[in-house]
Amino acid sequence: MQEQGTTIAEMSFEDALRALEDVVRKLETGEVPLEESISLYERGERLRNHCQARLDAAQARIEKIVAGPDGKATGTAPFDAD
Amino acid sequence: MPGFSFDTESGDDTESGGLVAKGSRGDNAAPLSITEISQLLKRTVEDRFGFVRLRGELSGVKRAASGHFYCALKDEGAVIDGVMWRGNAGRLTFRPEDGIEVVATGKLTTYPGRSKYQIVIDSMAIAGEGALLALLEKTRRRLEAEGLFAQERKRPLPFLPKVIGVVTSPTGAVIRDILHRLADRFPSHVIVWPVLVQGQGSAEQVAAALRGFGSLAPGGAVPRPDLLIVARGGGSIEDLWGFNEEVVVRAIADSPIPVISAVGHETDTTLADHAADRRAPTPTAAAEIAVPVLGELAAAIAEFGLRQRKCAKRPVQLGRERLEARAQRLPKPEALLQGPAQRLDDLSERLRRGLADRAVKAREQLLSDAARLSAPLLAGQWRHARQRLDSARLSPALIARPIAEGRNRLDALERLRRQLDPKAPLARGYALVSAPDRPLIATREDAAGQPVLTLEFADGTLDVLPASGRGGKPRRPAPKPGQGDLF
Repeated sequence: MQEQGTTIAEMSFEDALRALEDVVRKLETGEVPLEESISLYERGERLRNHCQARLDAAQARIEKIVAGPDGKATGTAPFDAD
Repeated sequence: MPGFSFDTESGDDTESGGLVAKGSRGDNAAPLSITEISQLLKRTVEDRFGFVRLRGELSGVKRAASGHFYCALKDEGAVIDGVMWRGNAGRLTFRPEDGIEVVATGKLTTYPGRSKYQIVIDSMAIAGEGALLALLEKTRRRLEAEGLFAQERKRPLPFLPKVIGVVTSPTGAVIRDILHRLADRFPSHVIVWPVLVQGQGSAEQVAAALRGFGSLAPGGAVPRPDLLIVARGGGSIEDLWGFNEEVVVRAIADSPIPVISAVGHETDTTLADHAADRRAPTPTAAAEIAVPVLGELAAAIAEFGLRQRKCAKRPVQLGRERLEARAQRLPKPEALLQGPAQRLDDLSERLRRGLADRAVKAREQLLSDAARLSAPLLAGQWRHARQRLDSARLSPALIARPIAEGRNRLDALERLRRQLDPKAPLARGYALVSAPDRPLIATREDAAGQPVLTLEFADGTLDVLPASGRGGKPRRPAPKPGQGDLF
């Protein structure tokens, strides 16, 4: 469990997904002692929730850059394609 | 300008032959000043060639610090200098280079100070697609040599970008295709940086947008994208030219954010595509590369959850099964007792029987011993002892005989002792001769050598001096008184 140190909330979706896959694989091999498998399962649940939250939060939000006179972006405005 | 008024002396009209130029009033071939002819020439050239289009190969391309652009146009047989003032040079849609065949539009002018003529170029375009491709190839080689297209520069794209920046035209099919495909796959936060994607200034706009996205600070007013898409629909090589321009290529290569390029159709490859971290064949494909499919991810996560739950129960289930298997192998309590109980019964039986057997055996033994323990046996033994006592009779002779025998042997020994006494013969007249230090002198010779001899008789001793022998032998003189004996 190399990511033990990093908190799940800070993990990217990809890392969390990979970690979840690791957890499931470990549980499936059955090599983990029972006690450890419980905490591993809990970690898996947290990883899964984290990933799920990222997916649930997915929503289209389309904006366009509003540039200032110097050409730098100063803000965004809703974008309407045609 | 009739500046000279020399009269010619001769009527010789051949000017070439004269030593001094002749002038004459009314002469319509009066010599012109250099300035005059230069001005005439200038007017003629500029009037006649006020608008020309020249096709030729660029050489000696030089951009001065002032912003003016100098070059020469040439073909196999001739060369003409050219200049492009700063304003027009800034509007060039390509970067002029030696060897590029161009069509230059402008006017011819002269430069009287140096007897030169040149073309002042208003605009310049590449002479046909072949020349354009040649320029493209040259630029590609140059940038490639710089390493801008190197494979090791390519960065991995984020698996799930939080914000996607799109640099493209805000109108048209391209942005719609991208947004639709993103919405289908993974609805995302998209920020469009609207730019011209074709024509004058498009390359600068695209480059500025790329740099603009790159310079957004994380957490600023505008969210900083973690993935950029540069896109443009299909078109001719000229339409796509902006994406071959160095400024765009460098902006992509320098972008701190990974870039997907999707310029033109699959068959069109621009230098922007070479510089991008990923090249998508179409704008739609760029969206597909940019994000995974939400549904698939959700399914994957759900499947992981399912597998995990299954796994979570498994150790318990497995443990229970193993426990049961062992429990079944545990022997029944009554079975556990059967063996010992049987042994107990066995031992009890043997105990009981053993005791009885022992009693029987003891009785038998007792009876047999009793047979041997009888009065006649004792009486017999007593009689036997009595007989042995009777046979052992004591008699005086047993002692008297050994005493008599002892006395006889003692007498015999006493007689023998008397016979062997060396002094006994003295009583019969024998004497013992001795000398000092010599207890026994047995021979005459020995006695003769002694100074004094002692004779022992039965009643005492007598010291004597040995005298001379029976003749023959001189007598030794007696030692004089006062003279010490030498011996």
